Amino acid sequence: MPLQLTVNKETRAVDVAPDTPLLWVLRDVLDLKGAKYGCGIGVCGACTVMIDGRAVRSCMTHVGSVAGQQITTIEGLSPDGTHPVQQAWEEVDVAQCGYCQSGQIMAAAALLEHNPHPTDADIDSAMSGNLCRCGTYPRIREAIQHAANAPVQAK
Amino acid sequence: MRIPRRTFLQMTALAGGGFALGLYKRPYVLAQGPGAPPALAPLAFIRIAANGTITLMARGPEIGQGVRTMLPMLIAEELDADWSSVRVEQADLDEAKYGPQFAGGSMSTPISWEPLRRVGAAAREMLVAAAAQQWGVAPSECTTQPGRVLHAASGRSAGYGELAASAAAIQPPSPDKVHLKDPKDYRIIGHSQRNIDSHGIVTGKPLFGIDIAVPGMLHAVIQKCPVYAGKVKSANIDEVKKLPGVRHVLKIDGTLSTDVVVPDEPGMEPGIAIVADKWWQAQQARKALKVEWDFGTGQTQTTEKFAGRAAELLLQAPANTLRSYGNIDQAFKSAAKTVDATYAYPFLAHGTLEPQGTTASFKDGKLEIWTTSQTPGQGRDLVAKALGIDATSITVHLIRSGGGFGRRLMNDYMVEAAWITKQIDAPVKLLWAREDDIAHDAFRPGGVHGFKGGLDAQGKLVSWRQHFITYGDGAKTAAGADIDASEFPSGRVPNYALYSSAMALQLRTGWLRAPGANAICFVVQSFIDELAAAAGRDPLEFQLELLDAPVVPMPGQPERGGDPPLNPERLKGVLQLAADKAGWSRRQKTAGRGMGIACYYCHLGYFAEVAEVSVDAQNRVTVSHIWTAGDVGRQIINPRAAESMGYGGVIEGLSHMGQEITLVDGRVQQTNYHQHPMMRMRQIPQIEVFWHTTDNPPTGMGEPTLPPIIPAVANAIFAATGKRIRTLPLQRSGFSWA
Repeated sequence: MPLQLTVNKETRAVDVAPDTPLLWVLRDVLDLKGAKYGCGIGVCGACTVMIDGRAVRSCMTHVGSVAGQQITTIEGLSPDGTHPVQQAWEEVDVAQCGYCQSGQIMAAAALLEHNPHPTDADIDSAMSGNLCRCGTYPRIREAIQHAANAPVQAK
Repeated sequence: MRIPRRTFLQMTALAGGGFALGLYKRPYVLAQGPGAPPALAPLAFIRIAANGTITLMARGPEIGQGVRTMLPMLIAEELDADWSSVRVEQADLDEAKYGPQFAGGSMSTPISWEPLRRVGAAAREMLVAAAAQQWGVAPSECTTQPGRVLHAASGRSAGYGELAASAAAIQPPSPDKVHLKDPKDYRIIGHSQRNIDSHGIVTGKPLFGIDIAVPGMLHAVIQKCPVYAGKVKSANIDEVKKLPGVRHVLKIDGTLSTDVVVPDEPGMEPGIAIVADKWWQAQQARKALKVEWDFGTGQTQTTEKFAGRAAELLLQAPANTLRSYGNIDQAFKSAAKTVDATYAYPFLAHGTLEPQGTTASFKDGKLEIWTTSQTPGQGRDLVAKALGIDATSITVHLIRSGGGFGRRLMNDYMVEAAWITKQIDAPVKLLWAREDDIAHDAFRPGGVHGFKGGLDAQGKLVSWRQHFITYGDGAKTAAGADIDASEFPSGRVPNYALYSSAMALQLRTGWLRAPGANAICFVVQSFIDELAAAAGRDPLEFQLELLDAPVVPMPGQPERGGDPPLNPERLKGVLQLAADKAGWSRRQKTAGRGMGIACYYCHLGYFAEVAEVSVDAQNRVTVSHIWTAGDVGRQIINPRAAESMGYGGVIEGLSHMGQEITLVDGRVQQTNYHQHPMMRMRQIPQIEVFWHTTDNPPTGMGEPTLPPIIPAVANAIFAATGKRIRTLPLQRSGFSWA
């Protein structure tokens, strides 16, 4: 019995067991490889997507539970990498290996959606669920401040 | 700590043919002079389209250290290309064409600095020669601007695109004859260039090994014995085959070596491979898998037993004398003060954020592999041997990895994927689950060091005894578990002895970022700090004095491993720089706050680090500030990326201090990141990175940034609390990260 998902504003039908983690539906059924597998137990954040605007661990989310909600992945954050967070990430040159960065960017975008001018403490609080093995944290912080201080773009 | 490079060189010398061997023997020498091995062909690395678009081949595996950006920068600079319009393509494995293609030992910079710049310069001269020929002028009258050749006297110019076809017909000049730019003319090198994959990364493009998709591809997981080297006695294969999506269930007998010391590449581990339409289906099927294991002798191993055995060995005469001169016993007897201390550190897992895996497709006798390996050449040869096929029938694509850190120097996952695809005659993507990745790591080995130091009445170090309890058999050590006789402060103390004794181990060990150094720097720099404190002296001043001491030369110079000996002036330089920036001489003695300093030379780089910490009443440690000073030669190639390596090594070192891998009855106790934690954003202090530029060839910084941070923080904790950290992780010394 196919499930109807709304992913990046498109309706997608998927024929998987409802307890399949959303992460693996995105990656292996819908071919959206941005969200990554790091731990499978929700402690690393590499799988972070947005569901109805909230940052969510897709590895811990059963696909059956999100039918009917707005799922946004890194691929849907902007058509061409022009979301202010993506632009800030590029200007600050955050990434080293890059594997955690989809999750980091989604978490940062969700933070700024709700708190456009976060303090360092706000950033620490919102972002500490996302691990970076390479140690890009100083640059992530810089990029979030950069995005928060960027002039408002006409959408 | 130079051992890891030597062992690494031996390991990589197994790959490829004589060309590779010659290249790996003395990488530092290569950094100095041009083309000892066969010259690299410029056209192998550079493609110029008629419209002027320049495509450069990135030869090395990209593991996050930035070589996909940095190596093409070297070519582009001397080619005199406009970097903003350069495209980068990843080279497939072909070391005859590209030279060495591996990521390890922080060697990409020292082995590429000369040859790749000369590749660019040779191509530039071919373009100039083509233009000069066309115009009937002498090449010496021509110059270049990015992407163009100019003849000032006649005002003529031509774009590289127009000249490309005729330039390709020109005989390439000999690499040792090309003209290189004056560094003051650099437009690309020495200027920060953005990560070449930045846009792909921020838009979630499928850039990683885990993202590879091949038509008809199946997904595989492997269930292995929780005790290393355990074998499958029986398994409910037929039941598992019936589960949703499952296509194959294969018993892997494995080819594990039974050597007393587990070799670097010990062969295939036994287990059960489950191959399904989707990874999640394969992973779920494991829940129904019931395996009866023959656990083997590894199941008697427990961390507490190792600790007990190490304590016994410290009381006995050491098994091996690595270096001994002077008379330490006499010197201890006449010393004004002696200090005894035992230090210990645990096994660690690599924990690359992308777990191990590889995609492989065997078809019509040919094998195609997409891998994140750091040593793809060696991997290909292992695969050829394991499958009984010719290496020439194997194509290897190098794919960006979600972190290497030394784990991907091993190629077990490549052999496994290749074995599976050959069995099932379909393409397969093998992906280890996180739990597999930790349980079947090639661990950084733990170790224990027994120290005794003797000080004279002036507080000068006069005698040093170090007994290293490690893993191995006799004089042979497990991978990553050795120590070099030149280990600091060897040769710098009037009476000195370095010993080792080995304990048996049935577990796979390997190389974790700055192997050897990541542990030995902690124990040595901490013990030096202890000695300074016992002498009532400033630890910086104490260490500077050690570096000024006359050196007792090693017998049989030059240094084993090919690395140049420690240059005390360079280490003093970074010590003083870090100390100045940190305001070391103005540090206050305050309860609960303190500064610590440490330094190290490894992987050709010199680094000194100062850490400032605060510790609360519950012994929770907050690092508030870190100052890192590094000397990697005369040219920082990509400044912002270099700074990133500084952040990376320092933050990883901090993570190490809170991690451990323990065994109970042969089973690794830690299953996932919550039990082997990394530092998180909120724990990261301000980190400042400074470069001490000296007139030396540029060397790498993937690793040397890491070792000093651990003793710097441990020494800072002592300054803050009066309590010495002698055992890692912090928890075992009564401390924790805040």
